[in-house]
Amino acid sequence: MMSNGLALLSIFTLSVFVGFEVVSKVSSTLHTPLMSGANAIHGVILVGAIVVADHASNNVELSLALVAIVLATINMVGGFVVTDRMLEMFKAKKK
Amino acid sequence: MSRNLYDLIGLAAAVCFILALKGLSHPKTARRGNLIGAFGAAVATILVFFFTGNKGETEWHTLPLHHLGLIIIALLIGLLVGVPAARKVQMTQMPQLVALFNGVGGGAAALVAIVEYLKLGKGASSAAVIATVFTVIVGSVSFSGSCITFAKLQELMTTRPVVFPGGRFVIAANLAGVLAAGGWVIHSGGNTSLSVLGGLSLLFGILFVLPVGGADVPIVISLLNAFTGLTVAASGYVLQTTLLIVAGTLVGASGTILTRKMAEAMGRSLFKTLFGAFTAKPTAAAGEAETRSVKSGSPEDIAILLNYARRVVIVPGFGLAVAQAQHTVRELADILAAKGIDVAYGIHAVAGRMPGHMNVLLAEANVPYEQLQEMDEINPTFAQTDVALVIGANDVVNPAAKNTPGCPIYGMPILEVADAANVVFLKRSMRPGFAGIENELLYDPKTTLLFGDAKDTLTKVVSALKNL
Repeated sequence: MMSNGLALLSIFTLSVFVGFEVVSKVSSTLHTPLMSGANAIHGVILVGAIVVADHASNNVELSLALVAIVLATINMVGGFVVTDRMLEMFKAKKK
Repeated sequence: MSRNLYDLIGLAAAVCFILALKGLSHPKTARRGNLIGAFGAAVATILVFFFTGNKGETEWHTLPLHHLGLIIIALLIGLLVGVPAARKVQMTQMPQLVALFNGVGGGAAALVAIVEYLKLGKGASSAAVIATVFTVIVGSVSFSGSCITFAKLQELMTTRPVVFPGGRFVIAANLAGVLAAGGWVIHSGGNTSLSVLGGLSLLFGILFVLPVGGADVPIVISLLNAFTGLTVAASGYVLQTTLLIVAGTLVGASGTILTRKMAEAMGRSLFKTLFGAFTAKPTAAAGEAETRSVKSGSPEDIAILLNYARRVVIVPGFGLAVAQAQHTVRELADILAAKGIDVAYGIHAVAGRMPGHMNVLLAEANVPYEQLQEMDEINPTFAQTDVALVIGANDVVNPAAKNTPGCPIYGMPILEVADAANVVFLKRSMRPGFAGIENELLYDPKTTLLFGDAKDTLTKVVSALKNL
C-alpha cells in the first residue's frame, strides 16, 4: 500500500498527462469556452472552502473560510453559466 | 456515509470534469460536456454537506456541518453575485469576466490553504507546509494579477505597459522577498510570516501584470488561468482531496497549453511577452508616414468591388466587436453567398482579447462555425481571393511583422491579406492598431480604405449591394 502522500502525487502526475492529452484536442474555435469552462472547473475549490469552514475553530478562520466560499461559488457557478451561454450560441446556428 | 463512498463519488466528479474538457473537442458535443462538468461540480458540492470530517480519518463526524447556516448564506451570496454577472455580460466583455472569475478562484484557493494551515498549526507535515506556501504565493499572484488584468480590459486604467524607472529591480527584489518569506514560513512558521508572504505575493501579482501591454493580455489571462489551476491542485494536496488535485491539474494543463499557443501565435517567447516592456527601446516615431496619400473609397465602390468578386475573405478584428458590427457582417456575408460568391472568415488566433474570442463574437451573430478558418487554413487561399475585407483589424495583417526586424510585432505570424487581388480596410481612422505600429499595407496601391464606424459603413455597403 502506498503512503498517502505518494498516492496523491501519483494522481497529480497522471492528471497532468490526461489534462494535456484531452486539452490538446480542443478545437481552436472553442478556446474561449475552454478557458471559461476550465475556470469553472477550478471553482470546485468550493468543496475545500466548505470543508475548512466546517473545521474552523475561531472567528478568524471562519471568516476567511466564508470569504473563500463566496469567491469560490462566484467562480464555479458563474463560470458554468457563462460557458453554457457561449456554447449555446455555437450550437444554435447548426441547421 | 463511509469514506470509501465519499471518495468514489469524488472520483466520479473528477471523471465528469475530464468528460467536460473532452466534449470541447467539437462544437457539437461541447455544450453537453459543459453540463456534465457542472453536474459533477454540483454533486461534489452537495456531497460535502453530507460527509465531512477532520483529518486523520479518526474523527469523522456526521451531520450537520458546523456553521451550516453561515455556509449556506455565503453560498447564496456567491450565487447572487455570480449568476447575474454571467447572464448579463456582453460577449465583448468576456475576457474581463473570465479574468475576474479566475482571480476570485485563485483567491479562494489561497484562503482555503491559509485556513487549513492555521488549523493544523505545528502539526502540519512539511509537505503540507510546502504545498501551503505554494498555494498562498501562486493564488495571491493570480488574484491580484487578475484584478489588474480586469482593470486593463475594462479600461479602468491604461492598456499601455506601465513601466517605472528601475521597474525590473523592484520586481526582482519583490520576487526575492516572496521566496524569502516562503522560506521563513517553511522554516519557522507562524501567522506573521504567512501574512508577510501573502502581502508580498499580492504585490508581485500587481507588479508582474502592470508592464504587460494590452495586446498581450490573451497570454496573461491564459497564464493566470494555469496558475489558479495549480493553486487548486496544491490546496487539494493540503486537504488530501483527490478531486481538487485532478480538477486543478486539468485546469493547469489547459492554461499551459493555451499560453503556449498564444505565445506561438504572437511569435514571441513567454518571457519576452511578460518582461519585454522593460527591455524595449522606444520605437522611432512614425511621423513621416502620415503625409503619404492613401486611396479611400465610398461604400458604393466597395459594394461594386465585392459584387464582382468570386471569393471574399473577411478578416475581423476587435474593432468589429467594439462597433458591434458582427450582425451586419453576417448580413453582408449572406448577401454575397446568395450571389454565389465564396465567403470565408480568416481568424487570427489572437484576434480579440482572449484566446478564441473572435469565434465567440461571430458565433453570437450566428456565423456558422464551418466558415471560421484558422490562419494556417486560410493563408494559402488568399492568392485565389479577389477581395480581402479587413474590418477593425490591423496588427494581425501588418506586413511589418515579416519585414521590419525590431518592431514590436516582428516575428508574429500574420494573415497574408496582401496576397489577395484587392484589400479593403474598414477603419475608424489612420490611427495605428493596439501595438502602435504603422501599417505599410494601407499605402499599397491595391488597398482601398473606407473610413468610419464599422457598423455604419457596413450598413451602407449592404444597402448599396442590395441596390446593385
